Amino acid sequence: MSYICPQDLNVKAKEVFADLNNKQDSLKAKERMQIPLQEMPVLEPKQRGTNQEEVAIGFTKEQAMVEAMRCIQCKNKPCIKGCPVGLKIPDFICKIAEGDFQAAADIIQQDSLLPAICGRVCPQENQCQLYCTVGKSLKDIDKAVGIGRLERFVADWQRKNKTAVIPTIAKETGKKIAVIGSGPAGLVVSADCRRAGHDVTLFEAFHKLGGVMRYGIPEFRLPNDIVDYEIANLDKMGVKIVKNFVVGKTRTIEQLKSIDGFDAIFIGTGAGLPIFMGIEGENLIGVFAANEYLTRANLMRAYDTEHADTPMFKSKKVAVLGGGNVAMDASRMALRLGAEEVNVIYRRTIAEMPARKEEVAHAQEEGVNFLELQNVKRILGDKDSKVRALEIVCYELGEPDNSGRRRPVEIKNSEFEIEMDTVIVAIGNGSNPLVTQTTPKLKTDKRGNVIVDEAGATSIEGVFAGGDIVLGAATVILAMGEGRKAAKAINKYLKN
Amino acid sequence: MKHSITFKKQLSEAVYMIKVRAPLIAEGRKAGQFVMVMIDEDFGERIPLTIADADVAEGTITLIFQIVGQTTQEMSKLNVGDALAVVVGPLGTPTHIKKFGKVVCVGGGIGIAPLHPIAQALAKAGNEVTTIIGARDKSLIILEEEMQSIANNFIVCTDDGSAGRKGLVTEPLEEICKQDKPDMVIAIGPPIMMKFCALTTKPYNVKTLVSLNSIMVDGTGMCGGCRVDIGDQVKFVCVDGPEFDGHLVNWDNMIARLNAFKPCESNCRMHKAADKKAEEYK
Ligand SMILES: Cc1cc2nc3c(=O)[nH]c(=O)nc-3n(C[C@H](O)[C@H](O)[C@H](O)COP(=O)(O)OP(=O)(O)OC[C@H]3O[C@@H](n4cnc5c(N)ncnc54)[C@H](O)[C@@H]3O)c2cc1C
Ligand code: FES
Repeated sequence: MSYICPQDLNVKAKEVFADLNNKQDSLKAKERMQIPLQEMPVLEPKQRGTNQEEVAIGFTKEQAMVEAMRCIQCKNKPCIKGCPVGLKIPDFICKIAEGDFQAAADIIQQDSLLPAICGRVCPQENQCQLYCTVGKSLKDIDKAVGIGRLERFVADWQRKNKTAVIPTIAKETGKKIAVIGSGPAGLVVSADCRRAGHDVTLFEAFHKLGGVMRYGIPEFRLPNDIVDYEIANLDKMGVKIVKNFVVGKTRTIEQLKSIDGFDAIFIGTGAGLPIFMGIEGENLIGVFAANEYLTRANLMRAYDTEHADTPMFKSKKVAVLGGGNVAMDASRMALRLGAEEVNVIYRRTIAEMPARKEEVAHAQEEGVNFLELQNVKRILGDKDSKVRALEIVCYELGEPDNSGRRRPVEIKNSEFEIEMDTVIVAIGNGSNPLVTQTTPKLKTDKRGNVIVDEAGATSIEGVFAGGDIVLGAATVILAMGEGRKAAKAINKYLKN
Repeated sequence: MKHSITFKKQLSEAVYMIKVRAPLIAEGRKAGQFVMVMIDEDFGERIPLTIADADVAEGTITLIFQIVGQTTQEMSKLNVGDALAVVVGPLGTPTHIKKFGKVVCVGGGIGIAPLHPIAQALAKAGNEVTTIIGARDKSLIILEEEMQSIANNFIVCTDDGSAGRKGLVTEPLEEICKQDKPDMVIAIGPPIMMKFCALTTKPYNVKTLVSLNSIMVDGTGMCGGCRVDIGDQVKFVCVDGPEFDGHLVNWDNMIARLNAFKPCESNCRMHKAADKKAEEYK
């Protein structure tokens, strides 16, 4: 697809809007489905590849309303079932089509605490939009109603117009809750428990809040200001925030209960343990876990060489191993930090990549190369222990595996070498062991994830958990959903 | 939490000792653990510093640092009443302290600072402690009295003979291994010194612990930047360490990785500051 500049998109949207707006009420489903899908306006690829500015600009009012008119308000609302937090999608879309953005915002707020974030980073094509009747009827999920884009539009509108109200807080209960980790799971638990009138303290190991949304997902995809805005709301609600506090080290879970008197504890410490390939040469200079690469760039702001003290590795030719969102973020970041060539190396093909489609497309537009059906066998170094080249082996797709994806099969004797000076390993994250190691009674599975029941309760009374530390590396919305569930359980537990 | 500086002392030309308010860390810390420090929350870097001592009643920890880059340079300019933006910890696995019998503690340069609490704890646990400390010259020897007061046997070495014995710390270490084989050696100092100590004790089969100072970002096991090869395993210094069996460390890789950012650091302020400092010392 060729690049269309935001102005042109808006001119088109305005035309369609002028034509439709007056006859909205009489539009038939068939006519609605003929309304052209509204593309997300984005920065020009060449220009954006050199800075941290947010790539997706967001819909204009007209675009949002036209896109909202594409929703046929079908009876069975399958999209809602696809949403992990059960957002009342057709209802808020209907309000957008009417131009009543405040009403749309109010509907979203009932179910989602972080719509500006979810609208940007949720994998909608696997969730709500996958089930959209419009997409199904048009036999193309890419033509589903742009639910995520609309959600984002409403959240941004509300932020810009400062119409959000701080939720009412129930009468103080005097019960103390410790929430560990300020990722999406922890943020949601903090808000929901505080609303119930509990005294909530949010502990974070880092010097900045937001979890992966801060240190992992880059500014060009999710601006820090948006994360800060959501967190400022918690502060206003009276959640106590303690940064630079590592539970398991500064205090153990046991001590939080016995010394500090917390009545309930929520563990939302995420999947912060980088997984390496275990291949030769992985400790050479120039090999990074995506976590390190992105943390330096995002959390430590190393992209800002003028101001930041944290250094960033200077690369010419970068290989990124993996095919998920993390790999896309790392490759696009490497490009922005001045690499001449960035290659994503993946064992299967682009079609099987777990990354959001939009991220893959953005990476491609910006000039990231995709080496499909290839994998790294060894990383080769020079005399100074620096990465010099990779030994690559080729794959072909065989029979589908349990996940339904076709299994990659190594092609014998297909090895070859390519020159590289940097390797970013983005093949996944395990669970962060700091809390579990210092809490022997906390039951974990063999991958180190905390085991919880239906409601989010762990094996220790009064201790709950959710998000990536339970699910393994998952998504923002699932972490939020887990948080919501656990908060409910905590509030119930503290009633008794 | 405000991490105010309550005490400051210059130990040698480029080495400073400060006490910082951090009551919870003071309460929980054990020998061998460290903190991550930042002087600026927005653009600062996170650097690891060993907790050299702690005063629970006062709620302070003692940090000893040498000026090597931007952050330590700026820290050296802070005075009593100023505060550090971030102090987080205690991190890392504490030293395994018990009665081993005869132990030799070898400290080099700034490494004497992290060695001090360990030597103290080992002495307290009933070990017979021999301490060897060394530096390029007399002016760079720190904590001499403190180290002497806890040692049964105390040896100072300098490269130029301006204090104690002229020569490297590995010389007395080798003599001790030969004459009266110790039950354990712990060596902390520049990587090359630790490597050399490990090589010295290897033929005598004396267990030798070293404390690695890899490059760190988070200090909590999240980034993998501090990883080292220990035998056939990859370990994270910030959570599995900082102490490891010196005979198992892949020293060449560990030392190479310490220089990972050198070429690009030369373009950044931190490296420029360090270069300037090095120039001043010449
Ligand atoms: C680069 C990258 C890109 C991603 N892109 C997407 C995307 O596009 N869409 C999507 O839906 N998902 C994405 N994800 C996944 C998503 O970010 C996570 O699933 C989600 O953030 C998990 O939330 P959480 O609250 O469980 O934990 P986290 O966000 O990991 O937060 C955990 C927090 O706990 C803190 N912590 C850990 N241990 C301790 C301790 N002992 N004491 C105190 N604090 C502690 C951590 O510092 C961290 O701040 C991405 C992940 C990465 C790494
Ligand atoms: S410093 Fe990041 S894992 Fe050790």
